[in-house]
Parts: sequence; structure tokens; C-alpha cells
Amino acid sequence: MSGKSKPKVAVWKFASCDGCQLSLLDCEDELLALTEEIEIANFPEASRAVVKGPYDLSLVEGSITTPDDLSRIQEIRRLSKTLVTIGACATAGGIQALRNFKDIHEFVSIVYASPEFISTLDQSTPISSHIKVDFELRGCPVSKAQLVEVISAYLNQRTPNTPAHSTCVECKRRGTVCVMVAKGTMCLGPVTHAGCDALCPTYNRGCYGCFGPQENPNTISLGDRLREQGADSAEVVRAFRSFNAGAEAFLKESERHEKENQKH
Amino acid sequence: MNKPGVIDREGLNRLIQTLIGRGYQVVGPTVRDEAIVYDNVFSIEDLPAGWTDEQEGGTYRLKKRSDDALFGYTLGPHSWKRFLHPPERRLWQAQKDSLDFDIVPEQPDNTKYAFLGMRSCELHAIAIQDKVFIQSPHTDLHYQSLRQNALFVAVNCGQAGNTCFCVSMQTGPKVEAGYDLVLTEILDDSHHSFLIEAGSEAGKNILEEVKAGPAGAGEIKKAEEIVTNTAKQMGRAMETGNIKELLYENLEHPAWGEIAERCLSCANCTMVCPTCFCSTVEDVTDVAGDHAERWQKWDSCFTMDFSSIHGGAVRNSTQSRYRQWMTHKLASWQDQFDTSGCVGCGRCITWCPVGIDLTREVAVIRESTTCQEENFSGSEAQNENS
Ligand code: SF4
Ligand code: SF4
Ligand code: SF4
Repeated sequence: MSGKSKPKVAVWKFASCDGCQLSLLDCEDELLALTEEIEIANFPEASRAVVKGPYDLSLVEGSITTPDDLSRIQEIRRLSKTLVTIGACATAGGIQALRNFKDIHEFVSIVYASPEFISTLDQSTPISSHIKVDFELRGCPVSKAQLVEVISAYLNQRTPNTPAHSTCVECKRRGTVCVMVAKGTMCLGPVTHAGCDALCPTYNRGCYGCFGPQENPNTISLGDRLREQGADSAEVVRAFRSFNAGAEAFLKESERHEKENQKH
Repeated sequence: MNKPGVIDREGLNRLIQTLIGRGYQVVGPTVRDEAIVYDNVFSIEDLPAGWTDEQEGGTYRLKKRSDDALFGYTLGPHSWKRFLHPPERRLWQAQKDSLDFDIVPEQPDNTKYAFLGMRSCELHAIAIQDKVFIQSPHTDLHYQSLRQNALFVAVNCGQAGNTCFCVSMQTGPKVEAGYDLVLTEILDDSHHSFLIEAGSEAGKNILEEVKAGPAGAGEIKKAEEIVTNTAKQMGRAMETGNIKELLYENLEHPAWGEIAERCLSCANCTMVCPTCFCSTVEDVTDVAGDHAERWQKWDSCFTMDFSSIHGGAVRNSTQSRYRQWMTHKLASWQDQFDTSGCVGCGRCITWCPVGIDLTREVAVIRESTTCQEENFSGSEAQNENS
């Protein structure tokens, strides 16, 4: 791409653990090729230097949890031609969306010596609840292969290959034996968006749902089946309440089992 | 006719060594992750001695047998499809030079596979995939190459699984065609042997090298009894009379909506089915945009992308997707390929996480329609019976 100026790419952080940014740093082999094609204008995990906007591509990690976040995300959107959210925090509110089920002010008064200095919102919300997002990349953390794929697709002006079907498809392509059918292990794979290449089932664990709901998630049927296989309602609530607790299909299903749990 | 011979466990090991010696990659049943899967086999030590499986809708359990049978299981989650029609395969690569780009097609794979332990339904499934990939206007050269090189060592089933219904589909349990060699495992307190028969020139040739002993009338009879017994153990049955018309006439049946409440749209059924052949292609580029590749990957009519055209997916309800799957398997497959798309292996029942059972769903539709018709045809049916 010599002659042309390189697209300016910025990485932004909101409420998150930085794991998704680290996935980008982890792309050792591709990182060099990437820096040939793009100018990294802001990347908190890699460098303090910030190049002034506007930006061609912004990658946003993290969820909105403070009043300051609310205005900062508007500013980033204003400065970005294309904006992609990366990871479960940015796309669904993250593990910190567990606060949405409780009273945050109670936590604050227990945890902090001087709660009056803490300014926070009641809810942890995905970026798309506040601004227009051009593409959402799922995962907790995102898969580095998919992250490189999204950036390559952007640079080559094509659609990224990040299929929204179930994790089961990846299990079957790999030849992994289904842990749910062969062992009765609790698995969220049938309702979970692909992307990890069925990492957990391949290592004999049920899927934890890191990539959030698949395109057509029948969480009610899966929830019923998990109960039939012996999980109690509290376990099903916990299964649906992790990194993607705030994603609508998972949220509704955890509430359904929570109601049932309260009945007992 | 080829005369059957008899080999013992050592003889079976000789068969494996002979195949390896002739350049075959031998793939057969082996235990991994609490299931019997197909993987490379180097000696009889790799076979699942003393293991069996218990299956129900949505449940599979590997269990110990009371004997040392090597083929004493029914079917696992894998089918031979993963070798002949692999889940992911590069179709071509493209490389950019200063002015233009070059396309480098992938060469057909010429691995020589020998599949060991193939069941009758599985041979039928491959015959169906042959129609799709070879006997069609668009031959899949990769499949064709692997298929032509492959050698099939079948086994007559010594027991049927709880989700099997090959008798209904007329695809088993006796191995009748399409094999190079067929074994029947004979096991009692005093001895463990295998009746072996060749079904092709290649099979005959290999059998000569393996040096089987002559089969006695007793052994031949015993082998016959084994497979006759298996036929009586089918865990499932499906009435196939007029099934095409039945499904075509019931495209709006309430059963589809009821199934959709349970169906997860997870695609497991299509992935495990030995005849399902659909795939998608993914085009990828490197970051610099100098190199591109096209990959073929197993796809399923249960994904949204599968029916996506400009403007969105055509089948965006689970109901329409399940209906598509089942009516294709059992009805429109007949129009398309002149055969059923189902061989009654039962994998889609066992490996469906919620145990949706196509034999039951067909029966539900059939019963509801015969109930409606009973008033008119009841007397006729009685006449036929008398
Ligand atoms: S292990 Fe989980 S993700 Fe894999 S096929 Fe089974 S249910 Fe689906
Ligand atoms: S439809 Fe089901 S029973 Fe029939 S061949 Fe496919 S997996 Fe086997
Ligand atoms: S029928 Fe079963 S295996 Fe098939 S898509 Fe539905 S839930 Fe999944």
C-alpha cells in the first residue's frame, strides 16, 4: 500500500479486563504485517502515545458503566469512520453486567471507604445501547484469529467470516465428541455463537457461552433439557449468568429459572 | 461366489498389517473421550475391545461388555463422511503479482484409505453420497479421488442400537453390496473368530495374503443367525409407505411448530448424518491483500446463512428449517437422487442434544392424517386384511 496513507486505527478501552486488547497483542505473527498496513493511533495496552483523530477504524473494548463513559463514547463515535466493538463487555455488558441484577449502591457502600467519590451507573451496558456500531465481534476474550480476520476484511473491503451459527457446528467439524450427549455435561454450545472453535468441549468441558447467543438461540428448550439432565434451577441461572449475562436471550432464560428457584 | 474363510484375532491383525503394507491408511473404531470414534488404527490393540454403547434420543453412553468383542458396539458420532468429504478443505489459493494474480487450485487428495468396521447402513450412505458427488453433473474431484482409492472392510452388525432403524430403510443390518471384504464377529465362551468374505477383486487379493482358514458349515450358519438376530433388535422403526406424499401433503401440519419449540437449530443432526452433504465456501484474504484462499466447510440447513440471499434468509424460522431438513431427507431426496436420503443409522436421534426423533415425528404426522382418513378407509383396510 505504498504511496497511499495507511488507515488510522485506534483501540479504546471502557469497563473491561483488557483481555481483548491483549488478544490483539497476542497476534504476534500477524502484528508485524498489520503495522505495515495500518497506523496504530491509540492502543492503551501497547503504548501511551495517542495520535489525534479522526480515525478510520476504532476498535472498542469494554462496557459503559460510568457517566464519563457516556460522553467519551459519543466523542469516539464522532471521530471514527468505522467503529467495531470487540468482546463480551462491549457487545453485551460483560461479566460486570451482573450488577444489573442487584443494587449497585449497596455494593459501593460496602466496598469503598468513601463511597461519595464513586460515580457509577446502575447498569453495565453494551456500546450498541448508546451509539451506532458498525460491527460486533463476540467473545470473552475475542479470538485472535477472528480479530485479524475482521481487520483484514476491513482493509480489503469485504465481509468478515464470523459465522453466527451454534458452537456445535465447530464441535462437529473438529470431530469433538459431544459432552452433553456422551456425558450429560452441562453445555451452552447449542445456543452459543461460534467463534472459539469449540475450545471447551474439545477439552472435555461444557461450553460457557463466551461468545453470547447464536443467531437463533432456543434457550428455553436448552434450559429445560439441562434441568432434565439433572441441573437444578440455581445452576442453570449461573450458567446463563456469566460473561454474556446481559445478552437478551441469556438474560431472559436466567430470569425464568431464577423465578422458579425462588418458588422453591 | 467367493468362498468365506475364517480368521482369528491374529488373522484380523494380519489383515490390518496387510492393508498398511499395501499403502493404505487404515481408519477404524477406537475409544476416545467416552465414545467410539473413527481414527487411525495400526493394530487390533487400537480397536475398542470389550466396549459397547447404549443410545437413546439425546443420550450416548460407552459401556463395558462382558466379553472382548472388537466390534460389539453399534455406531458412534463419527461417520466416514469426515474422511471422504472432509469438514474443512481448501479449494484454491490466489496470489497477487505486480499486475495480475495467479490461481492455484488444490490437487485432489489421493490418500488410500482402508475403512475398517463399516456397517451396512454406512455403505448405503456412501452409495448415496456417490450419487451426489460423482454421479452428478458436477463431479467433486476430491471426493472421487478418495472414493476410488478407498477400500471398504465391512462388519455385519452383531447387535442393533436403540436408535437404529435400518430394517425400515432396507439398508441393513446385513452387508450386501459395495464392500471389498466383510467380517462377521463370532464370539462364544470357547473361541473368538471372524467369518470373512471378499466382495471385490481387491478384497479377494488381500484375503489371499491374509490366509484365512476354510469356514465350516457351522460357522457360516452361526454368522447368518447373528445378523438375523440383529434385525430383530431394531430400537426404532419408520413406516415408509408413501412417505413422500405424506410429507408433501402435510407441509402446514401443526407438528412442525411443535418440533420448533424443542429444536435448538444447532445443526448437530445434519453434521452427524452420513448422507448430509451441504457445504459453504469462505473466502479469506491476508492482511496485505496479496493472498486469498477459498475454503469449503460443512454447512447445515439449520444455519441462517444457508438460505440467505440478497435481502435476508429465506428460512428464518426454526419450523421452516426443520421441515426443510426432514422433507429433504425423506421426500424431495427421492425426486432429486432417486433414493431416500436416510439410511436409518439413528445418529441424528442420538446426537440431537434434545433428542428430537425423526421416526417419532413422521409417526405423529402419519397418525394424525390416518385418524382423519380412518372413517373413509377403515372398511377397505379390513377387506385387504382378510
Ligand atoms: S459439546 Fe456442547 S457445543 Fe459441542 S456439540 Fe455438544 S452440545 Fe454442542
Ligand atoms: S437422517 Fe438420521 S437416521 Fe437418517 S441417515 Fe441421517 S442421521 Fe441417520
Ligand atoms: S433437530 Fe436436534 S440436532 Fe437437529 S437442529 Fe434441532 S435440536 Fe439440533
